[in-house]
Amino acid sequence: MPLGRGFTSAYLGFIVLLPLAAVIWRSTQGGAGGFWRAVSSPAAVSSLKLTFVASLVVVLINAAAGTLIAWVLVRDSFRGKSIVNALIDLPFALPTIVAGLTLLALYGPRGPFGVNVAYTRVAIVLALLFVTLPFVVRSVQPVLLELDREMEEAAASLGARPWAIFRRIVLPNLAPAILSGCALAFARSVGEFGSVVLISGNIPFKTEVASVHIFGQIESDDVNGAAAVSVVLLMASLVALIAFDAFRRWRFGHEG
Amino acid sequence: MSIAIRRVTKRFGDYVALDNVSLAIASGSLTALLGPSGSGKSTLLRVVAGLEQPDEGGVSIHGEEATGLAPQERGVGMVFQHYAAFKHMSVRDNVAFALTIRKRPRAEIRERVGELLKLVQLEGFADRYPSQLSGGQRQRMALARALAAEPRVLLLDEPFGALDARVRKELRAWLRRLHEEVPVTTVLVTHDQEEAMEVADRVAVMNEGQIEQTGKPRDLYEHPANEFVMSFVGPANRLGEAWIRPTISRSASGPTERPWKQWWSASSTSGSKSAPS
Amino acid sequence: MRARLGLRVAALGYLALLLVLPLGMVFWRTFQHGLGPVWDAATAPNSLHALWLTVLIALIAVPANTVFGVVCALVIVRGRFGGKTLLNALVDLPFALSPVVVGLSLYLVYARTGWLGSWLIDHGIAVIFALPGMILATIFVSLPFVVREVVPVLREIGTEQEQAAWTLGASPLTAFRRVTLPAIRWGITYGVVLTTARAIGEFGAVSVVSGNIAGRTETLTLHVQERFQSFDLTGAYTASVELAVLALLTLLVMTVIRKEGPRVDSDSPGDEALR
Repeated sequence: MPLGRGFTSAYLGFIVLLPLAAVIWRSTQGGAGGFWRAVSSPAAVSSLKLTFVASLVVVLINAAAGTLIAWVLVRDSFRGKSIVNALIDLPFALPTIVAGLTLLALYGPRGPFGVNVAYTRVAIVLALLFVTLPFVVRSVQPVLLELDREMEEAAASLGARPWAIFRRIVLPNLAPAILSGCALAFARSVGEFGSVVLISGNIPFKTEVASVHIFGQIESDDVNGAAAVSVVLLMASLVALIAFDAFRRWRFGHEG
Repeated sequence: MSIAIRRVTKRFGDYVALDNVSLAIASGSLTALLGPSGSGKSTLLRVVAGLEQPDEGGVSIHGEEATGLAPQERGVGMVFQHYAAFKHMSVRDNVAFALTIRKRPRAEIRERVGELLKLVQLEGFADRYPSQLSGGQRQRMALARALAAEPRVLLLDEPFGALDARVRKELRAWLRRLHEEVPVTTVLVTHDQEEAMEVADRVAVMNEGQIEQTGKPRDLYEHPANEFVMSFVGPANRLGEAWIRPTISRSASGPTERPWKQWWSASSTSGSKSAPS
Repeated sequence: MRARLGLRVAALGYLALLLVLPLGMVFWRTFQHGLGPVWDAATAPNSLHALWLTVLIALIAVPANTVFGVVCALVIVRGRFGGKTLLNALVDLPFALSPVVVGLSLYLVYARTGWLGSWLIDHGIAVIFALPGMILATIFVSLPFVVREVVPVLREIGTEQEQAAWTLGASPLTAFRRVTLPAIRWGITYGVVLTTARAIGEFGAVSVVSGNIAGRTETLTLHVQERFQSFDLTGAYTASVELAVLALLTLLVMTVIRKEGPRVDSDSPGDEALR
């Protein structure tokens, strides 16, 4: 047992903790002033704002779309449903750079539908929707499967119409799972790089997300600045995860 | 007739759950659908509730054709074996549900919920959650919830099946008293013949998708229509080709015949106050 | 009933527009001009090298993370010590970190100006802009999967069966090998599949760490970008198709495992150990 603990600590320490500590340490190397300057530069602020707003939009869309898709996969039946179900995991299996390229093929300058959103903020939202698709769906599916159908039948016998049943009975019971999925989707969104890098054009102040900004800082040897913005990004992720979890526990704590 | 079931047939794939079943249920009565598992009794109840659609035949409630109507529109209240409590709502909100979605005024809801909780003896529990209640309490809440909608018909699907024996007996008696206080047409599904005999005005014995016999509990016991009813409804012994009921008991004064009533109260071990009426 | 159809159409439409059509488009575009150009692009030396590099990195990163994953899962489920929350947090950290930040963190340790960099380079070990760095980056980002898949399975089977094996004379190691390991094998397999997919698909972290030297430190994913930026769309699409095929294979394996997995677990371990 102590051997296992030792190995685990050493592995994690070497692979994860050491590099992470380097980032945090580096971000302090310019002093408080340097940190602030890097983080409050117009380009950095713009990229952070874009990242958070886009991620929020994506999370909201996913909450609705993900629940809808989970509902159809659990409650409906049609030919090819198992293929569709397997397909949900595609964004987990497909490299992000390829994801970006596939979206570009359909919604870029040479797309067949005449729709061209390349180099726009819409493209960023599109890419983020792609990579975050599975989170809410996979979070809601098991809960929906376990849901006591008799509750819905009881509500129907008491006079509730289908939409009222969904709103008052099903949704409150799905909410914790939806929130969990949203938290994961948000954390993934704010850090996303590969899928965004091709389709957004990375235009500073317009379509440059935080991760791309950090990449640029590294390339121009502003490592302190890169570390500073990275720390902000990391904190945002963690705060979001903690906040979602706390909210979930507060609102839905008394589930029997 | 409060509920008229006309030649209902229901199939699940190749399996015939209900085979040309007809039954008339009188207004204000408490009728039991009694049978072993797989007899179709729950399916029949769900057809009446509108949770299943019959392949053939129809149902009318209080003279109105109900066959095409959704459960919401039939005015039925239903209680499920596993309570189907809205676990994310308090007891109060559970009971108030039917009134809440009909957008009744707050004061009216409060008053009615209070009355109902009193009726089912759950007054102090209004703010608790179903997970904090015992099985028996949850089922009483479910009954209050169903009654809140003032249903024309009350349907109980093995309501005491998930409870332990002692609670089952108590609730049985309690249900009978409740029915006397609030005489809504009630249909009770059960596989427990003791329960059916004790609680119901009339019993319909079902087997393999068909009704074997309908009648008052006493009539079924004393004049069973066939072997199945005889062996299912009361104790029976096989003697050669015949089935007979135990009727002889020995006492100091010699063997005496033992009518069904006596046999009945002897088997209710807790000596409950629920003498069958 | 119409509502049901409406929901179905909406859900399938969303998936078609977001996933299926774009993917289909890439396959179409790739093979639009026939097999020839695709073959040429796939067998170009840089492309072959990129594929080779990707596979090599995966062959190192995946087993490493698998061994770590099983050990770590055992520690989490069976260990008794204080820092479990910290341990869980560290394991989940790669999920919360942007790949670019991961790359940056490795740069800060192993570049010439980094903490360990100057010592390593002076001793002839290049990490950044070389293979070791890319391996470390891939291990970092694909670290959690085996752990996360094995933990719940391990928790469910408990220790009773292993202890029964002890009472029957098996050493702890034998008991683990013959009783526990078979029981968790589906969890491990699923975790390995996820780890492999992640390792092959890694882009952001290796992009920072590799320096993108074509033919030397370019993985297949980096190759896609490089071809795209050189306006060689065929090359970019071809490499993408290679990766997409790998991804679809991964999906297939995942689906098969999910169907096979749980059923097998509950029955086998005890029988095998006692035979």
